Amino acid sequence: MNIKTPSKTDAINSVLALNWALHDAMEADPNVIAFGEEVADPEGGGIIGVTAGLSSKFGERVRSTPISEMGFVGAAVGAAIVGMRPVVEVMLMNFTAVCMDQITNHAAKLRFMSGGQTHVPLVVRMMTGAGFGTGGQHSDFLEAWFCHTPGLKVVAPSNPADAYGLLLSSIFDDDPVIFIEHMPGYWTTGAAPVRGQRIPLGKANVIRSGKDVTLIGYSRSVGDIVSVAGNLAKDGVDAEVIDLRTVHPMDIDTVLSSVAKTGRAVVVHEAVRSFGVGAEISALIHEALWSKLKAPVQRVASKDCPVPFSKVLETAFVYSHDEIELAVRKTLR
Amino acid sequence: MADAAPDSNTLVEIYRKMTLIKFNDDRITAATRAGRLTAPYYSARGQEAIPAAICVVLNERDYITTIYRGVHDMLAKGVPSKLLWAEIAGRATGTCKGKGGTMHITHPATGCMVTTGIVGAGMPIACGMALASQLRGDGRVSVANFGDGASNIGAFHESLNLASVWKLPVVFVCQNNQYAEHTVYAKGTSIGRVSDRAAAYNMPGIHVDGNDPVAVFGAAKQAIERARGGGGPTLIEAKTFRFNGHVLGDAGSYIPGAEYAKAVANDPYPRFRGWLEGQGHAAASQLDSIDAAITKEIDEAVAFAMSSPQPDIAELKRDVYAYELA
Repeated sequence: MNIKTPSKTDAINSVLALNWALHDAMEADPNVIAFGEEVADPEGGGIIGVTAGLSSKFGERVRSTPISEMGFVGAAVGAAIVGMRPVVEVMLMNFTAVCMDQITNHAAKLRFMSGGQTHVPLVVRMMTGAGFGTGGQHSDFLEAWFCHTPGLKVVAPSNPADAYGLLLSSIFDDDPVIFIEHMPGYWTTGAAPVRGQRIPLGKANVIRSGKDVTLIGYSRSVGDIVSVAGNLAKDGVDAEVIDLRTVHPMDIDTVLSSVAKTGRAVVVHEAVRSFGVGAEISALIHEALWSKLKAPVQRVASKDCPVPFSKVLETAFVYSHDEIELAVRKTLR
Repeated sequence: MADAAPDSNTLVEIYRKMTLIKFNDDRITAATRAGRLTAPYYSARGQEAIPAAICVVLNERDYITTIYRGVHDMLAKGVPSKLLWAEIAGRATGTCKGKGGTMHITHPATGCMVTTGIVGAGMPIACGMALASQLRGDGRVSVANFGDGASNIGAFHESLNLASVWKLPVVFVCQNNQYAEHTVYAKGTSIGRVSDRAAAYNMPGIHVDGNDPVAVFGAAKQAIERARGGGGPTLIEAKTFRFNGHVLGDAGSYIPGAEYAKAVANDPYPRFRGWLEGQGHAAASQLDSIDAAITKEIDEAVAFAMSSPQPDIAELKRDVYAYELA
């Protein structure tokens, strides 16, 4: 699902866009290093190929690690506090569970606990998403875990150009960033980024303006809400579409000014519904705009169960476009 | 290890560090018992010889990590007493502006990069600091301090493996005080010596009497020179005992009385002082003047800490991110 229609000549996919970002960052700053399972070229340049070619060009700065997430994410924290800018790939978002101590007790907190004497300019890259039959331990969107930990930033691009600009910003950010790549969306093409151009963290992107309802998403759901907005337009419903880009810290000002205008909001994410990012956004909107709302904020998310394997179950687990439309229509009643 | 024997000046410096650690510990313990400090305190009384002997081999640019029982490591590496005291008193003038406390003392100016409250977590971090040194060729060595209990957590095994595979300039120092919280060593550890685990990761494992500063010095010199010379990591197990239980207030009912009495009789501090004098490395008067200088330093540190301001509430918004929260 593309946000912008690419011309045939400049369309690239997110695998290449991310590769460009890593390459450009490593070329710009010798402190940028990258490691993770099989990220070096002899091991394939990453399971998806995001890091392909980097070890051949940058040598020891790009290393394949043992299957040892606690060890190498901890090593990235250590390298970061002495001035490196490590970008580590933990392959799948679910694998953060085995290095959570280093992420939440160390990367997130060392700046605060040291009174600002140390900080952790670290990017932890990971992919996730249902759709490939990867089941319960390889598909979860777990961003709420990280958003709930002060000190971390959470970035989730929705298209190749954003993936490039946001990764570049994340690498040069002085705080730890959880960088979420949508696995089934890796090969979807979109407009090529302008090399060297960063997209600021913490700023949402209004990708379609409208007056009737605000649709809010990030990562995979952006393509879905753009598509639904197109369908709604045929029925005369004019939807505004916001791509958060950075989930935390969230650009709530952009969200609130949009909802202040439309009076209606629907939040869509692939993560399970309960205690999720949608609940936080809904609460923030209700707290700030209670008197201006024309309808309660709706949440559209995956079902509250582990990601199932069976194609039928997997499809039913994730929200459908019909569910998004239904949620929008609820706000219009 | 005769060639690695420390000279008299080095031995006196080890004594000075041991005294600094012991006297600070005595005062922190007393202040906590008197209610002047209100925080959990994990005393390392009895373990002084280990960091004192290691830190005379390290230089000020080298890095260390330690754990919640780590005030001794921090003092030995060079954290000023007054900043340490202000931190454990929770004051704005502390190393971490009162935001870390005893379990998170940090002082990069002296290479004290992380104190963690999570068992084992300093080891992967030390690997990363060592990786940075390796890539930069800056000649620094990183030392990860931890206890015997940490040798059973995954981070220990992942770190030793990673350090060995990448030949990182890191030294793992297991201060084996024989109790993992309340659990005696043998009940939780599958092998008689932690240092024997080094073999599984293809690195030297050195077992020393952690109450003997000369033995610790020899092991440290060997390991640190190996790391600095590009030879890769070493695991040192320094066997010792902690006299004040897991946390201050722990009555130590799980330690058999005879074992405790024997350990206290083997207190490294008076033993080392007696040895220094007996071997003619230092005169009693020289050591007495070291003691007096440290007592004065601690008096000043306590006064500084207790008269320092409390942190501003606005600190809750600072240091969460690079920018201040709204």
